[in-house]
Amino acid sequence: MQSTWPVLSLLVWIPIIGGMLVAALGEQRASQVRVLALLISVVTFMLSLFLFDAFDRGSAAMQFVENKPWIDTFSIQYFLGVDGFSVPLILLTTFFGVLVVVAGWEVIRSRVHQYMAAFLVMEGLMVGVFSALDGILFYVFFEAMLIPMFLVIGMWGGPRRVYATIKFFLYTFLGSVFMLVGLIYLYIQSGTWSILAWHEFPLGITTQTWLFAGFLAAFSVKIPMWPVHTWLPDAHVEAPTGGSVILAAIMLKIGGYGFIRFSLPITPDASSSLDWLVISLSLIAVVYIGFVALVQQDMKKLIAYSSISHMGFVTLGLFISFAIFRRDAGGSGAALGVEGAMVQMISHGFVSGALFLCVGVLYDRLHSRMICDYGGVAHSMPWFATFAVLFFMANSGLPGTSGFVGEFMVILAAFRASFWYAFLAGLTLILGAAYSLWLVKRVIFGAVGSKDVAALKDINRREAFVLGALAVAVILVGLWPQPLVEVMHSSVNELLVHVQQSKIPLADMVTAGR
Amino acid sequence: MNMSSVVLAVPEIWVFSMACIILLVDLFLREERRGIIHLLAMVTVIFAAIITLRADYVDQGLRLATAFNGSYLRDPMGDVLKLFTFVVLGFVFIYAKYYLRQFRMFRADFYTLSLLALLGIMLLISANSLLMIYLGLELTSLSTYALVAYDRDSSKGSEAAMKYFVLGSMASGMLLYGMSMIYGATGSLDLNLISTAVSNAGRDDLMLIFGLAFLVVGLAFKLGVVPFHMWIPDVYDGAPAAVTLFIASVPKMAGFAMAFRLLQTGLGDLHADWQQMLAVLALLSIMLGNTAAIAQTNIKRMLAYSTISHMGFVLLGFLPGSNEGYGAAMYYMIVYSLMTAAAFGMVILLSSRGVEAENLNDFKGLNQRNNWYAAIMAMVMFSMAGVPVFVGFFAKWLVIQAALNAGLVGLAIVAVVFSVIGSFYYLRVVKLMYFDDPITEQAINAPVDFRAVLSLNGILMLGLGVFSSSLIAVCMRSFGP
Repeated sequence: MQSTWPVLSLLVWIPIIGGMLVAALGEQRASQVRVLALLISVVTFMLSLFLFDAFDRGSAAMQFVENKPWIDTFSIQYFLGVDGFSVPLILLTTFFGVLVVVAGWEVIRSRVHQYMAAFLVMEGLMVGVFSALDGILFYVFFEAMLIPMFLVIGMWGGPRRVYATIKFFLYTFLGSVFMLVGLIYLYIQSGTWSILAWHEFPLGITTQTWLFAGFLAAFSVKIPMWPVHTWLPDAHVEAPTGGSVILAAIMLKIGGYGFIRFSLPITPDASSSLDWLVISLSLIAVVYIGFVALVQQDMKKLIAYSSISHMGFVTLGLFISFAIFRRDAGGSGAALGVEGAMVQMISHGFVSGALFLCVGVLYDRLHSRMICDYGGVAHSMPWFATFAVLFFMANSGLPGTSGFVGEFMVILAAFRASFWYAFLAGLTLILGAAYSLWLVKRVIFGAVGSKDVAALKDINRREAFVLGALAVAVILVGLWPQPLVEVMHSSVNELLVHVQQSKIPLADMVTAGR
Repeated sequence: MNMSSVVLAVPEIWVFSMACIILLVDLFLREERRGIIHLLAMVTVIFAAIITLRADYVDQGLRLATAFNGSYLRDPMGDVLKLFTFVVLGFVFIYAKYYLRQFRMFRADFYTLSLLALLGIMLLISANSLLMIYLGLELTSLSTYALVAYDRDSSKGSEAAMKYFVLGSMASGMLLYGMSMIYGATGSLDLNLISTAVSNAGRDDLMLIFGLAFLVVGLAFKLGVVPFHMWIPDVYDGAPAAVTLFIASVPKMAGFAMAFRLLQTGLGDLHADWQQMLAVLALLSIMLGNTAAIAQTNIKRMLAYSTISHMGFVLLGFLPGSNEGYGAAMYYMIVYSLMTAAAFGMVILLSSRGVEAENLNDFKGLNQRNNWYAAIMAMVMFSMAGVPVFVGFFAKWLVIQAALNAGLVGLAIVAVVFSVIGSFYYLRVVKLMYFDDPITEQAINAPVDFRAVLSLNGILMLGLGVFSSSLIAVCMRSFGP
């Protein structure tokens, strides 16, 4: 559908330009800064609701396409468009855009203007990542996003913030320059920067393997996969609450989105022949990192590890389809895996964001994230305890919450591929429940840990609004995932049809004697 | 020689005349009216730009025009480089005025020497014969040697000037030796004739290769690439910040032009030979520059090592020997000059009352002292690190694309990995400005022209990145249709 309004451009630029305005207001006008930031984020969210509503669910084609020349000399375009994969993620981004502004309302006291500006700019850039259809444009958004996050962690973070933020930046930067080399190589081969044209462009298996490695370097760091996940716990622990929320809820999803947009359709043959690698790394993440999460003393670290473990489901769901196709050419169940991965991303966005906000609520009161400092919070904060328990249940995959839907779909798909995949993936139901519920037991229930805990004040209206909105989202997706699945359905089918077709040129096949 | 050929060189003639006029006018000026000198210098630069823009050879539909028996050349590449030289020099003059006033060194010599160096740079950019290249080079070098020692009372400055002079003369000697051998092998000083002679002689002429090696060494000295980089950190550190600002940004354009004229126009047929030499230089520069910069605590030295690594990237653009590569290298050079000018502009801004802000710690907590200046410096640093959407990213991208296009995959990968390593020290500056508390609460004052130009220079980092298409097109079109 061609819209008369450049909806996507507005979604990208309203927050970015708004963020600059907010920064220009200056430190003295903190209350105006907050109101303006809220206004901008709400407008953006409304606009994305419109996008969600106007999106044509029957079509797998790119919609709301905008295409203008950017750098003519190298045929680079300002090329935006969305399909069923991007729309839910954009909605998630703008939703959290509002929440972080509200969540940082009173908590952030120093340099409010820069805090709000950083989040708004970051929101625009992330929407850009999800809608860019040009290689360089994508890379620009993908990298530029690091700058506001770098500043957020470094300026408002905890005691080891400098170490954490530089590690975060360098890790991600290193991963993505390999992707840049790959993208340039693709351009040299194909003569275009259009990602859609790349999807159709035939490539030999060696080239595909190298490109796949480049993409893997970028996206596995971002998502993150074991063993390149080590930046995540550090970044999460040191980041301020808002930073952790965006990091967990949106930034990790960009890794998953990258696999969907780049690895699978551009290098389907390499993805197929290397699926064992991604699947094993995913299973290691699910099981091993699950165990690691179990022994954490720091609540934020525990949630960070649980994120890595949950993101393992995303990569598993995406790459399991190849194993399914090998067993059964019809590929029944492959769609379930990919859709499960997508639902898992959205759900994990809500749940992990909510969990970090919960930790943030506690941290604002006691300035500690250590599990041992708490105990019996339910006595002094009954409302908070209600929400927290709900979110931790969702984290462990309780039916009726969003956490269940994605995991269940992926495990179901894994069964079609191999019993053992499903068995290992299924372990998460035990491990996830173990670390989540054990945390709940130690922090929320039991005897009141200290008199500080006894004196805790329950959540105020602002916090109740943020957590309430997330609770509604978690339960809604859990009970009624239909609207979400419906949006992505055509795109998923299209992707699966696409990845089954080999992109190896005929001439190569002949010489290889196949 | 007819009149029309002299017309081509009017920008040079204008700059030369004005340098002399400024020298004279200064004799009749009283101390407090020295501002006039600055105005005259600015007028010189602006007018030179206007004259260069009104190139009538382009109106006549020619791609290039020569004068003085073919030893002087006007072409789009040269004109673009000159224009950006003027722009950057304009920035430099405005930054320098504030610095010189503060440090009680505001004398006309700075302007005369800079303008004479500018003349050398312009000649170098337009040179089409070995003689002209040498002439331009020496004029530039001698003026800059004197500039480094501009602060007579500073022993550090004198030492740097001595070092620069000795090493620079040696480099000139090498270059001259190489030129004489090229002349011996080809029998000509004209680059076009040399090119014809080389293609006839073939690649086996030992004297030619020998000469080439000396030329490359001389070039490497002047550009300051590893292993001929030793003078860069000392000179950057020892010279007054205003002079470092000048040396680090303006003459680099001429360095690019000189390398292009010598290697491509003159010795293009020896591409396979100089490609290997430059590959080694480029690789070493990128590796050493980026790692050594990490160990610096002095921002001038840090920027010196960063320059070395940037020059490595420029040379990377030379390796393919393609128009795309030269376009990329030229774009990189222009972008580099703008970035460096802004970085040293910031150093000057933070210097106060006779103390240069040369310590990295002087940047501590800048964000709390002034949001906007911190933002400018952050943009410059991210741009130098090659993070999109700042203009430095586009420069790195183009160079790497050219290298990949020529099949130099290994080199490209090493380059990007080291640029990630290098991004650490740029990030450290951002860290100091944003994450640390200030060590002084002193307010930052600067005249309005200084602030305006610095802001413009900073915004260019972002603006040239977001709207990168026209400058890229200009650079690429300079070398091909």
